[in-house]
Amino acid sequence: MENIDIRITQETLLLADCQAFIAADNLGGLVHFVGTVRNQTKGRKVLYLDFEGYEPMAMKEMQKIAEEAMIKFKVEKIAIYHRLGKLEIGEIPVIIGVAAAHRNAAFAACQYAIDTLKHTVPIWKKEYFEDGEVWVSATP
Amino acid sequence: MKINIRCFGITKDILGGFTHEISVNEGETVAQFLKSLQIQYPTLAELPSLNIAINEAYPETDYIIQAHDEVVLIPPVSGG
Repeated sequence: MENIDIRITQETLLLADCQAFIAADNLGGLVHFVGTVRNQTKGRKVLYLDFEGYEPMAMKEMQKIAEEAMIKFKVEKIAIYHRLGKLEIGEIPVIIGVAAAHRNAAFAACQYAIDTLKHTVPIWKKEYFEDGEVWVSATP
Repeated sequence: MKINIRCFGITKDILGGFTHEISVNEGETVAQFLKSLQIQYPTLAELPSLNIAINEAYPETDYIIQAHDEVVLIPPVSGG
């Protein structure tokens, strides 16, 4: 669909790419969510993260999120980008951009998209600490 | 019948590798298959959640696994 841009890549994600895709003269509300790699988890110093994905299915699930968001909210364009591989502190694993005529729908759709992505998209991250490593969300 | 399953995330560590050949009874549903896997690999039962994907989608729990299906273990996802 020409109003949806889904990407999974090993390359650096650029907010400018996302913004360029969703911008349009008739859309006055653009909301972006940018997720970055935090330097700590529950007080434990994080060195870096490693993301892996079941890519063909992750693409489909991200597409589904975008299509559902278009149905649920009055939004016109959605971009969802996810990066895989090793990411350092401050780097960007995920960017979501939503454009609508007005801001409320764009905020709501963007929140919906990131929340749903974290529940359904088959991507996993491993946190590396000074004294070990752990698959995030995989332990109680 | 035997099927090949693929593992991601922590399930790769638990089963010890990316692909595994696993026996599935004819007519076995997704729910039954998951239960028997958890008996074979008790650590799987300790995960907060465990799903499987069939042919790149989440199936209904009563879906009956077919010989040619692409079956992938989906431990709790943590993208974003």
